[in-house]
Amino acid sequence: MPDVLSASMVVEFPFTRSLGPVQSAFLTGLRERTVLGVRTTAGTVLVPPVEYDPRTAEEIRDLVEVAATGTVTTWAWNPAPRRGQPLATPFAWVLVRLDGADTALLHALDAPGPEAVRTGLRVRVRWAADRTGAITDIACFEPDEGSTPGHRARPHSGEFAGEAVTGIVAPARLDYTYTPGRAQSAYLAALAEHRVVGERCPRCRKVYVPPRGACPTCGVATAERVEVGPRGTVTTFCVVNIKAKNAMNDAIEVPYVYAHIALDGADLPLHGRIGGIPYDRVRMGLRVEPVWPGPGAGRHPDHYRPTGEPDADYDTYKELL
Amino acid sequence: MPKEPVAVVGIGQTRHTAARRDVSLAGLVREAARRALDDAELTWADVDAVVIGKAPDFFEGVMMPELYLADALGAVGKPLLRVHTAGSVGGSTALVAANLVAARVRRTVLTVAFEKQSESNAMWGLSLPVPFQQPLLAGAGGFFAPHVRAYMRRSGAPAAIGSLVAYKDRRNALKNPYAHLHEHDITLEKVQASPMLWDPIRYSETCPSSDGACAMVLTDRAGAARAPRPPAWVHGGAMRSEPTLFAGKDCVSPRAGKDCAADVYRQAGVTDPRRQIDAVEMYVPFSWYEPMWLENLGFAAEGEGWKLTEAGVTELDGDLPVNMSGGVLSTNPIGASGMIRFAEAALQVRGQAGEHQVPGARTALGHAYGGGSQFFSMWLVGTEPPAT
Ligand SMILES: [Zn+2]
Repeated sequence: MPDVLSASMVVEFPFTRSLGPVQSAFLTGLRERTVLGVRTTAGTVLVPPVEYDPRTAEEIRDLVEVAATGTVTTWAWNPAPRRGQPLATPFAWVLVRLDGADTALLHALDAPGPEAVRTGLRVRVRWAADRTGAITDIACFEPDEGSTPGHRARPHSGEFAGEAVTGIVAPARLDYTYTPGRAQSAYLAALAEHRVVGERCPRCRKVYVPPRGACPTCGVATAERVEVGPRGTVTTFCVVNIKAKNAMNDAIEVPYVYAHIALDGADLPLHGRIGGIPYDRVRMGLRVEPVWPGPGAGRHPDHYRPTGEPDADYDTYKELL
Repeated sequence: MPKEPVAVVGIGQTRHTAARRDVSLAGLVREAARRALDDAELTWADVDAVVIGKAPDFFEGVMMPELYLADALGAVGKPLLRVHTAGSVGGSTALVAANLVAARVRRTVLTVAFEKQSESNAMWGLSLPVPFQQPLLAGAGGFFAPHVRAYMRRSGAPAAIGSLVAYKDRRNALKNPYAHLHEHDITLEKVQASPMLWDPIRYSETCPSSDGACAMVLTDRAGAARAPRPPAWVHGGAMRSEPTLFAGKDCVSPRAGKDCAADVYRQAGVTDPRRQIDAVEMYVPFSWYEPMWLENLGFAAEGEGWKLTEAGVTELDGDLPVNMSGGVLSTNPIGASGMIRFAEAALQVRGQAGEHQVPGARTALGHAYGGGSQFFSMWLVGTEPPAT
C-alpha cells in the first residue's frame, strides 16, 4: 500500500467541571489541608466522597473529616511517568485508606523503588505548596512508618475560611496518529498536481469526490479512479457572517460564501469557499473553478472563482441538493 | 405474542438554562430523574433498568459518563445502558427504554438524557481539525444553512417564514417554565432585525446552548394501572439512519426521516397524519426546519410545508400546533433535546402540559434528528392504550 499518508492529531480542550455541594466541600477542604469524606446512612465513611449512596441511591450530605494518614490497600509500580502524572520520577500508584475512612483513595506514593512499597504500608499526605482546590493539592503520599491508625472520622460543616471552590478546569488531551487511508491519500496526491480524482462505485456507478474507498450506499469497495472537474456548479450556499472557532479559518475575512460545489462528473457536491465575486452576487447555478493554493498552503483549493460561463440550469443540479 | 403496551407514567425536566454551575453532572441528571419518579410516585427500588443518552462525549469532556452515573440514577445492581446517536439521542434513548418494556424484558424503566453544554464548547466539539481534510468552513449553522437555501429554492417559500417560526416558538416558550429562553419582549420585528449569521439563517432563528436533563418512567400495563396520573401510551416508535453524505442524498428531505415517520404511522394505524395527529414536538434547531420537517413527516405535500407555517396552522392555537413547549429554538441541551420532544408529546396527551397544553390533545408526535441529518427517531403517543 504505497504512499498512504499519516500525521499526528491532537485533540485538547480545557473542559470545566461544576462540582456540586459534595465535591465543592472536598476540594475546598484540600486547599485548607483537610480531607473530607461523607458518611452514608449505614455509617460507612466514603473517601473520596460521592453525592449519592452507591448502595441505596440516597442523597448524601453528611460530611466528615478524616486523617491525612492512612494505609496502602494495594498498589502498582509506575516505572515511566507520563506527562500530567503526579510525579515526574518513578512512583507507585496506591490506593490509600485514610484513617477514619472505609474506602480508599487513588493517588501517587513517592518511594525510592517497588521494594519500598507494600500493602499495609503506613503513609501520609504530602501537601502541595501552592493549593488551589484540586486533587493535586495532595502532591502525593509519602511513607510514614511511625504513625498508627485509630483516628475516627469527625463531623464537619464543609465550611472553610475563604471562598468555596465551586468549579475546576479539567484540561483533556488525546494524541492520535491519523491516517486518511488509501483513497484519500491518492486524492490528496492528485490535488498536489492540481487534479481532482474521485472513485466510481462498481455497482451504482456513482462517482465519489473526495473518495472514501467504499460506496456508502452499496457497501462495496471502490477502486476505479475518475478525474472530475476541475470546473463545477454551485448547487447551494450560505453567506457566513461570523467566524467559526477554528484556527484554520483565521485568515478568512467575513462575510464569505460557503458553497456546495458539484464538480463536473461528480455525483455529489463537495464544500468550498467562493471568491473572486462579491458575496452578494453568488447564486445557485454559478459556474466555478478552483484557485489552487500557493506554495506551502496545503493541497486543497484555496477557493473557487467564477468561470464566466452562463449559469447552469436548475434542472441539471436539482438532484444534487 | 403481541408486544406489551408501553406507558409513560412519569416525566421530569430541569429548568433549562445557559449554565447550571450549582450542580455536578450527576446532580443535573439526578434532578430530572427524581422529578420523573415523583411524578410517577415511584422510588428507585421500583425501577428495573436505566437507559441514558447524551450527545458525543466531547460535548462535556466526561468520557463514558455512564460509568459514573450509576449511583446518581439508582442503577446499582441493575442494567445501565447508554445510547449514542448524536442530536437524535434523546429520542433513541427513550425508544430503547420503551423496547425493553415492549419486549417484556423489563417492567419499569427509567430513561434519562442530558447535556451540560456549559462544560465544553459544542462548536469546538463539532469541528475538530482533522489532518489533510479541508476544515469545515462554516460551523454548525453554516452546515445547515445551504440546505435551507435549497429548500427555499425548491419550495418557493417566502423569506419571512423562518422568522415566523422563531417568533412562534419563543412566544410558546413563555408559557413553559422549563424553557431556557424566556424573551418577554419578543416581537416579529426583533426576530427579523436580528443579525444574519449564516445567510439565510438569522441569529434569532437559531437554538441556544443549554444545560439540562429530561427523564421519563416507562412501564407496562400493570404499572400503568397503578399510576397516580393519566399515562401516555406509546402507539408507535421507530429509528432510521443513513450516511451523512452519499450520492443521491436528499439533504432537504432525507429518506431516513420519511421512512421513520412511515414506520411509526404504520404501527399506530395513522393514514392521514395531518388529520389524525393533534400536536407535534419536532426537532427544529434552525427555524426553517419546521416547514422542512412538516413535509418530511408527511404533514404537508412537498413544497407546501411553509404554507402551514404562514397560515398559522402550527401556532399553539392552530389546527396542528408544533413545538408548543418552545422547542429546540428555545431550549437546547443537545443530548436531552430529543427526549424533551418525546416527553413534551407525552405531556400533551396526558393533559399535563400546563399553560402550553393543546386542549383535548389525544395523539402527539415526538421527533428528533441528529448528526448531518443522518439519525432519526420518533414516537407517537396517545391518551388511550393501543389496541392489541
Ligand atoms: Zn454504489
